[in-house]
Formats: sequence, structure tokens, C-alpha cells
Amino acid sequence: MEIEIKFTLNGRPVQTKVPPTMTTLSMLREKFDLTGGKLACGEGECGACTVRIDDRTINSCLMFAVDCDGREIQTIEGLGSVAGLEIMQQAFVDHGAIQCGYCMPGMIMQARYVVDQNPDKDRAMTRDDIARGLEGNVCRCSGYTKVVDAVAAVVLEEASA
Amino acid sequence: MNIENYKVPSSIAGAAQLLQYGDATIVAGGTDLTPQIEAGARQFAATLINIQRIEEMRGISVADGRYRIGGLTTVSEILESKTLAADVPVLVEAADHFASPQIRNAATLAGNLCNASPAGDMCIPLLLLDAEVELASWTGDAVSTRKVALSDFFTGPGKTVLQAGELLTAIEFNQPADDFKACFQKSGPRPALEISTVSMGVAGSYLGGLLTNVRVAVGAVAPTPLRATQTESVLEECLLDDTLIQQAVEVIQQEVRPIDDVRATAWYRKHLAGVYLRRAFEIIDSEKNGN
Repeated sequence: MEIEIKFTLNGRPVQTKVPPTMTTLSMLREKFDLTGGKLACGEGECGACTVRIDDRTINSCLMFAVDCDGREIQTIEGLGSVAGLEIMQQAFVDHGAIQCGYCMPGMIMQARYVVDQNPDKDRAMTRDDIARGLEGNVCRCSGYTKVVDAVAAVVLEEASA
Repeated sequence: MNIENYKVPSSIAGAAQLLQYGDATIVAGGTDLTPQIEAGARQFAATLINIQRIEEMRGISVADGRYRIGGLTTVSEILESKTLAADVPVLVEAADHFASPQIRNAATLAGNLCNASPAGDMCIPLLLLDAEVELASWTGDAVSTRKVALSDFFTGPGKTVLQAGELLTAIEFNQPADDFKACFQKSGPRPALEISTVSMGVAGSYLGGLLTNVRVAVGAVAPTPLRATQTESVLEECLLDDTLIQQAVEVIQQEVRPIDDVRATAWYRKHLAGVYLRRAFEIIDSEKNGN
């Protein structure tokens, strides 16, 4: 059985058919060739599959694709482009916050969300706030220090903008 | 089993009608269901019911001194609620210790309760608050609901009193009085994404060193999250001095029934239950002039 769904993907209306238990991650990778989000743990522990849905980040390996119907999905491919990286992507490049890169699409999606979400607008985010926001993203190369450097630089840059 | 039907009801009535035939799997955030299916611990029934579009099951409201939280309210929404932060900080604190930001954005309160993990984080503050769950089902030609005390809801690991045709639609509890003090503690090797080794909540009205209406709730030390009623009665309306606290520690270590598993031994869990109980009184005592 396949279910027809329509949703907004990286700003564009799309439609597709999916089996009821296909995960959002599999749909993005297999139906739309958006392979930025990765399957690693498959149980919500690592964050490599993080995408934004209706302005909330989620583990796309846990969410059924059928539930994307009517929603707005943003993946790393919709954040910036190769020609024009989004400021968070550029910061990761500038700070060398990358080793093997497998966790990066999820890490950057979550970092962007954490900075957008900063609940206390009157106070700049600290390194601890950033680290807490990234608790659900695991990097097995253990490059966290540079990741936090990169996100902290974006916080600073956007505060002065 | 292959799924034969996929349904997306938009009301409680619609979901209840679908559920009356049984043989259905309910999905909301999917954060527990997906890994359980993947691990082979659960199988899909013939009908998959996605309840995410039932708007009347969302949101946090308070009327006539009673809170009502829709079952589909996410853990993030609880964490970000300013009313809950002011009125029931212990619930927000537990939400803050819950899994990771991505899981909190998807996981629903009803899902956390229906999953009935002995270590379910949101169960502890809700047990302290004497919460009730509302269960809806289709009877004849209308929805009927019944309310069950959360302390009676869990029957074993992954098991509850929820019947095949029932849906957990909301959670309710009284707005706590001004002198209500409560704290939540949870242990694990790291703060995020940790399934608690032991979790504990302690609450009561605290005045002049005297704790009344004492509630002690413990997770991951028995087949279900539970209220430690024997420990509560030792503490009720007594002066919290060293002798009494030592006595309460001994009682709770007898009262909990932990097992040895991959996360900890039963011995260690009993030890932690004592440590957390002792520490809870320090926290409550330190907050007596503030908060």
C-alpha cells in the first residue's frame, strides 16, 4: 500500500507516494535524492538525520514520511547552496569544524535551529547553551570544540548585525 | 504484519470510531514506536492510525485551578510553557532532562505515558501532582471518557490499563498551592538522551521544617514508575531532622524493587534511591525562602 502525500520541501511544493511506515529520512534520500541527512543509529540517539519540520528540528529516522503531508520540510540542501553557503555552513568551514563530515548536515541543521530558537533574546548564548542545544548530535571524530567555536561565531556575528 | 489501512483522523471522535474495531497501531511522534518496531519488540497491527492531526488533543490550559494538557502536547511545548514554569516548575524541569532537543520536539506527553517505561521521565512529576489521565473510547454512538489516576494507570513495563479501543486524550492535575515545593532528580552517565538509572521526585507543602502532604515518586526501581507510599507516611507531618531522614532512607530502600540490568545493579539503584531522597530534602530546604 502507498499513500499519496503533498508537502513543501525546501520551499517548493512537492508530492509523492510512500508506504505508511517509510521513514522521512528514507523518503528524502530515496524519493528526492536529498542525501545530506544520514542514517547512523536509527533510534534518535545521534542526530545525523536532523531536518526541520514546521520550524522544529526532529530526527527524520523516527518520523513516518506519511506524517509530512501538509507540512514544511527543510533539509541541509535547502539551508544554503554550494555557490552561496548559509552563514552557519560557512562558519563550520571557517572554523574547521569538520573531520569525516558524516554528522555535519544534522549538526548544522540543529545548530541553526538552536541559534534561531534562543529562548532568552536579551542574553547572548553561551558556549554551554550551544553545547546543550547540540546534545542530541553525536560526532564520533569528537570535533565538538570547533563545532562550538563555529556556532559561537555565528551567535556573535548575528548579534552585531 | 503488513499494514492494510492507514488513517488520519482529525477529531477524538474520529479516532475513537476507528479504534473500536481493535487491531490498530497508534502513532504520534514515533520516537518510541519506530525503534521498537525496528528492534522487533513490537509489530504493526493491520491499521495504522496517525493521531497527529487531532488539534483538540494539543495545548496547555488552566481553568478553575485545574491544568489540562492535551495528550499530543510535545515535551518541548511543556519545556517552553511560561505558565507551567511559573506554576509547576517540577514538570518543566523533568522536560528539560528529557532525551534531546530533537526528541522533545516530536515526543508527546501521552506517548511517554502510554509507552509505560519504568524509567519514563514525565511520569515522575505527574505522579507528584496526583495527575489523572483521560481515556476516550467509542460507545454506541458517542465518545465516552473515563479518568484514571496516573498511579493506577501503569501495570507493568510497557503495560497500562488502557483498553484496545481507548485513546489517552489528556492529562489533568490541580494547580499546586503556593507552598507546594517539589524537586526532580535523575541519574545517568550523561545528561542527554539518558534512560534513567534512577529518577525521583519529592514534593509537599513545606513550612517551618515540616513537610505535609508528602509525595515521593520513583522511576526505574520497579516494574512501573511508582509512588513510595510507605516512605511518604514516614515523612508526613514530621520535622525533617537527621534521624527522620535516615529512617526514610531505610524505608525507601526496602520499598523499591529494582532489578539488575545493563544500566545498573539492583544494589546500586537502592543506594541511589537513598542518596536522592536525602538530597531532595536539601533541595527543598534550600528553596524555602525563595522560588
